[in-house]
Amino acid sequence: MTMLEVVLLLFLLVCAVAAAVTKKLLVTVVIFMGYSLVMSLIWMLLQSPDLAITEAAVGAGVTSLLFFVTLRKIDQIETDTKGKEEHHEEQ
Amino acid sequence: MKSNETWKSWLRGDLDLTDTLPEAQMPSALEPTGTETSQTSGEEQPASMKTLERWELHLFQKLYPFFAVLMGLAIVVVLMATVFSLPRFGGEDVPANNEVAERYLADGIEETGAINFVAGMILDYRAFDTLGESHVLFTGVCAVILLLESTEEVNIFRRKKTKKRAPAPRLDLTKDPILHQAALFIVPIIFLFGIYVVFNGHLSPGGGFSGGAILGAGLIVYASAFGFEQTERFMNRKVFRMVTLCALCFYSLSKCYSFFTGANHLESFISPGTPGNIFSAGLILPLNIAVGAVVACTMYGLFSLFERGKI
Repeated sequence: MTMLEVVLLLFLLVCAVAAAVTKKLLVTVVIFMGYSLVMSLIWMLLQSPDLAITEAAVGAGVTSLLFFVTLRKIDQIETDTKGKEEHHEEQ
Repeated sequence: MKSNETWKSWLRGDLDLTDTLPEAQMPSALEPTGTETSQTSGEEQPASMKTLERWELHLFQKLYPFFAVLMGLAIVVVLMATVFSLPRFGGEDVPANNEVAERYLADGIEETGAINFVAGMILDYRAFDTLGESHVLFTGVCAVILLLESTEEVNIFRRKKTKKRAPAPRLDLTKDPILHQAALFIVPIIFLFGIYVVFNGHLSPGGGFSGGAILGAGLIVYASAFGFEQTERFMNRKVFRMVTLCALCFYSLSKCYSFFTGANHLESFISPGTPGNIFSAGLILPLNIAVGAVVACTMYGLFSLFERGKI
């Protein structure tokens, strides 16, 4: 196993743990995007370019976009601090 | 109307059915039976029926998890029995480890005409699996469309908005100059790459699904940078329906033809052609195009459904 693969796999582990422990949903989705991107690099190194293309397009692209849109729908992306305070007050 | 309301609140989990449903439904439900059968014992009947129905509902609620778990366990047992009767995973004498892979790699180019073995496997040797998978996906997309594109009261996203709170100020992406310029530059490249991946599915890595996902992502970038009014000129509900329908019908009919000829050892008029040419590999290229069109439309359609509730 080359050095690059070890680094990528470690990054994958860090991403997985970080996505689970992060409080903010937006940050979780961004970390998930990074995870998918690294995963597609690993598919490339494992000599399956088919999966690499699909992972980059679906995992990092479309799935994350749908997550973003859903977060916007449920008002979990705070645009400014004023909106944030209002959000907390209501809860 | 009232029972509809109670069922909805039960579905949301706000309400315990055993407490409210009998009282809410009893008068309207029991009035006709009380007048028809016996008017003398009309006083006694509702009370006993009330307790009976309440008891039935109670029993249902208690037994439902039990039978659900039982059903799940039964399915698990059946599936595990099937798995244990399969040949051991990774064993040396397993046909999947020598015969099948060898056949795919040795005769793949000759039999399917595809240089990309993965495309040859997915769309030729194992096209029956792929047909089933695409039906599963199609059913899933239908379910999502049913859920997200429905009337005001059932829509889970719009129900939230009917509360008095005004929606938080949103970032209008169509006014963003950075996204605008970046999209102008990158969208043509994404489309070109997606079309390349779809059309070269039998020659190089990629294929209908990956290429379609890239095309769908390009459409999404275009829609979020320039607004839905721009994409609606060429990608509206009618186009979505027609493309999806035609591509799925083409896929099913053409594969049914090859299943029919293959299963009956008939001569098929589709030839593999010269491996390496763009017009080769028999049905794989048209199937890739059909799959790509469906996947691109579906990706964009899902985004559109999430973003504004319609295609």
